[in-house]
Formats: sequence, structure tokens, C-alpha cells
Amino acid sequence: MSDAPDHSPTLASLSISDRLGQAMPYILVPLLVVLGFFAIGSSSSWLTLTVSGLAMGMMIFLMASGLTLVFGLMDIINFGHGAFISVGAFVGISVLFTLGDWTAAASLSLNLIAVLLAIVAAMVVTGILGWGFERVIVRPVYGQHLHQILVTVGGLIVIEQMIHVIWGPHEIFLTRPETLKGAITYWGAALEKYRLLAVALGLIVFVAIRLVLRRTKIGLIVRAGVQNGEMVQALGYRLKLVFVGVFIAGSALAGLGGVMWGLYQEVITAGMGEEMMILVFIVVIIGGLGSVEGAFIGALLVGLTQNYIAFLAPKLALISNIGLMAVILMWRPQGMMPVVKAK
Amino acid sequence: MSDPILTLQGVHTDIAQYHILEDVNLTVPRGGVTMLLGRNGVGKTTTLRTIMGLWKARAGEITLGDRNLVPMATAERARLGIGYVPEDMGIFTDLTVAENMTLAAASGTLDPQRLEWIFATFPALSTFWSSEAGILSGGQKQMLAIARVMAEERQLYLIDEPTKGLAPAIISTMASALRDLKRQGASILLVEQNFAVAKALGDTAAVMDDGHVIWTGEMAELANDADLQERLIGLSMETL
Repeated sequence: MSDAPDHSPTLASLSISDRLGQAMPYILVPLLVVLGFFAIGSSSSWLTLTVSGLAMGMMIFLMASGLTLVFGLMDIINFGHGAFISVGAFVGISVLFTLGDWTAAASLSLNLIAVLLAIVAAMVVTGILGWGFERVIVRPVYGQHLHQILVTVGGLIVIEQMIHVIWGPHEIFLTRPETLKGAITYWGAALEKYRLLAVALGLIVFVAIRLVLRRTKIGLIVRAGVQNGEMVQALGYRLKLVFVGVFIAGSALAGLGGVMWGLYQEVITAGMGEEMMILVFIVVIIGGLGSVEGAFIGALLVGLTQNYIAFLAPKLALISNIGLMAVILMWRPQGMMPVVKAK
Repeated sequence: MSDPILTLQGVHTDIAQYHILEDVNLTVPRGGVTMLLGRNGVGKTTTLRTIMGLWKARAGEITLGDRNLVPMATAERARLGIGYVPEDMGIFTDLTVAENMTLAAASGTLDPQRLEWIFATFPALSTFWSSEAGILSGGQKQMLAIARVMAEERQLYLIDEPTKGLAPAIISTMASALRDLKRQGASILLVEQNFAVAKALGDTAAVMDDGHVIWTGEMAELANDADLQERLIGLSMETL
């Protein structure tokens, strides 16, 4: 059929340094864990701190995953993302209060069902809120970064004030469901049950997002859209619909993160999402814009570093995350695994 | 001339404060290759992007067959059967070659016969099928860009400088692929600076200057008339 000249190219193998460079982001977390082991000395303390760091990292990942996709796919700087964390926490905790009998029961299944219902409610509400936020606040300022910062900060303030109106101006204290309180002892280390749940949930969400992004057509469109939205449209895909879908999913994930973080801290405030945004932005930046894998690794690095440093040199804990970001950006100025190159 | 597949009438396009296309009138016949020629910066790429909806036409009509494209979004135009290869190729470098091709198939699955044809035309794509497109050479990326529009039958192909910066052997491969498309009766609007390719492939031609189409006619007529080339383009096409 074709009269093209024959080409028989072959695949060249990558050098060891190239392979190491590609694999390095994946190696960092295990490397940090091993370094932590030698630095801390006590195996039980190390295990406790590691689980604590992984749990913290997983919860930050839940909050950051949506933001990095919104950054990457839509080129939107959404400072209002923290509002979804707060709203998710308030909705989820309200559901848990409503299901007080279930959370007070010494039944793991009832407790987990209550938490699951709280998460679903939080994700539905924050998903709907995200849809409205995109439509009313974000859509008019596509492509205008300065305006995006201003209006999304404005949106954050409005939503925080709405939380005050609905749930009152004070923080709300809570206790975890009965069977998620306390710790189990393993290898001489006290491992908080709730943190183990957070690690498991974070892993499940990460695997689910990865499967959607890697194995489905919609995931393929999202990954392509992060790189070159114009070309995705030129291939016949309505990217605006994908934008909205990703924004809703990102908001819902932030809501999920809010519920988990609220239960972790055992107190929720209207400003909790805003406070978390510093960590979330650090994770998104060091992970590389648009990269869910990068955000996952970045979140684990942040969680582990903060816990290890707080144990080893408590005064340095205040700057550990900024220090981590500085080191990573000196090594890779675009973040570890950027999908979108910073302009 | 056969009935047109694409017609532009009085099209004006602005980019920011610049008035790039000024009253562009162009007809692309059904079947065959129409060359869109002209010096750099005269509006050829903007014309293709305007047809695709990537730049909005401020005024004028763009019709594909009997469908008015102007109110349609880019995705709708693509779904009508317009295949577009941009000047920068538009390759998704973090996706594999296979994933790039899958995206080009609206149904989600690639037609095995077309794939066989693509592999016969561009064997490199078969070799690098599971590799990230980012590792491909410039020529291989261009092959992938062309292969993506070959993945499905289109009503119209818009191809922007497919041989730009490529080695002669790769240019020959590109020309061969386009010749295959032409043999199958495809309608192609091709922006091309390589005169040999333009002369070999073009059936009709339109020459642009300063945002207008200033001449249309048979490609052979333009190719054989150095004075006409000098008058329209400012220099003989042999030197482009």
C-alpha cells in the first residue's frame, strides 16, 4: 500500500544514570524511611513515627491530588481549594454526629460504615460545591492568573463565612469512632488505629486515581489534556466537560481529605482548609505540576520529614517542609515529576 | 473543479489586537491536495487554526460541505471529520505512542487494517509502540502526528508544514504517506514550504499574502511559472 522507504529503527537502552534519574523520585520515600531508621535508633519509635508520617502524608495527598490535576489540566491557581477541605470536614463530622449511636458502638463494622457515610456525604456536597465554584468563580477568569488568585481567595473567604453562618463561629471538638480510638502494639511500637485507617484509605484512593488515569479513556484524555488541551480538543474531545469533571472530582477529594483530617485532629474549624493549603501547595510544587504520582510521593515525603524532624530536632520541625521544598527544587526546579512545565 | 469540501468566505481573524486574517476567501475541492502557500507570517497557520476553531473567526463564513463551522467548538469540528496536524505536531510526549494513537480514534479502538497501513508507512511507530512519545526523534514525532490523522477516515485533513526541519529520507516518507492518503480520495489542505513536496503532491494551490488569499489556481500552473511565483511570493519557490 505504501511506497515509503524502509526504516528499521531499534530501541536503544538507557544509561544507568538516566535510569537512576527516572527512578529517583520513587526511591526517595524508601530512602527517607531507611535514613530515619538509622537516625532515630529505636526501632519502635521509628515505626511509630513512620506510620504517623505516612498517615499524615496520605491525608495531605487526598487534599492535594485534586489541586494538582486542576493546576495541570485547567491551568487554574485555585486558592479556594481549602474551602472544600473545611466544608468536607464540617459535613462529614455533622453526619458522624447524626450517627452518634453507630460511632459510639464498639463495633468496627458500624464505625466504618458511619465513617464511610460521612465521607460519601462530604464528597457529594463538596463535589456539588466545586461544580458551582467552577461555574460562578473560576470560569470567568480562565487564563488570567492574577484574577484567579484574587477571586478564588474571595471565594474561600465567602465559603468560610458561610460555614460560620451554618455551623457557628467556634471550633467543633469531636472524638473518633469507638473502635478507631487508641493504638495497637506491634514490634514494641504503638500504632494508632486511625492512622492505619488513613494509610489504607490513602493507598486505596491513590491506586483508584492511578487506575482511572492509566486504564480508562477518560484518564487518557485527562493526562493528554494536562499536556496539550488544544490538541485534545482538535482530536474531538470536549475538554470543558473534562475540566468540570476534574474540578468536581478534585473538590470531592478535598472534602474526603477534610473529613479524614478533622478526625485526625479531633477538632474542626472553618479555617482548617486554609491552614492546610500551605502544605498542599508545597506537595503540589515539589511533586511537579499536574502529577498525581508526584503529589503522592511529595505528600509522603512531607509527612515523614515532619514527623522524623519533630522527633530528632523539634525546633527544626517548623521549617522542615519549607526546607524539603527548597532542597527538592534545587535538585529539580520543576518539581520531581512535572507533567506541566512551569512557565 | 469538483464540488468544494471546504469554503471560507470573507473570514477575518484577530489575535489579541492584531488583525491577522483579512477577508480570506478560499475553496478546497473535494478529493485531492490543495496547497496553501506564502511567505512566513502571512496567515497560513492562522487560517488552519481558524478552520479548526482554535482561533475564533471574527467575521465570515466557514462551511464544511453544507455545515456552517463558525458557531461550532473545536471538538465539534473534529467530530465532523476534520483531522488536524499542527505545526508543532501536538504530540502528547508523556503518553506512549499507542496512547497517542488511541486518542486519535474517536471510537476508542483502532481499526487493525488502518494500523497495518500506518505501520507499513511508518515502521518506527511499531518499534516504539509502547514507548513514551517524548523519546521519539523530531521525524518520528512528525510521523506520529501524521499517523494520528490517518487512524480514521476524515472528511478533510488540515496539515501544517509536515516536512519542516526534517531530513530528506523522512521527508520522502511523509510525502509517501500523504500520497497514500491522496490515492484514497482524501481532501487535504496542506501548508508546505518544501517546493518539491508541494509540486509533487499539490493539485490546486492558494497563495496568501498579508492575511489575504491573493491567488488560487492549479498547482502545476504555479509550479511551471517562475514569474508568477516571483510576483506572488516575492521569490522563486525553488528557493523557499
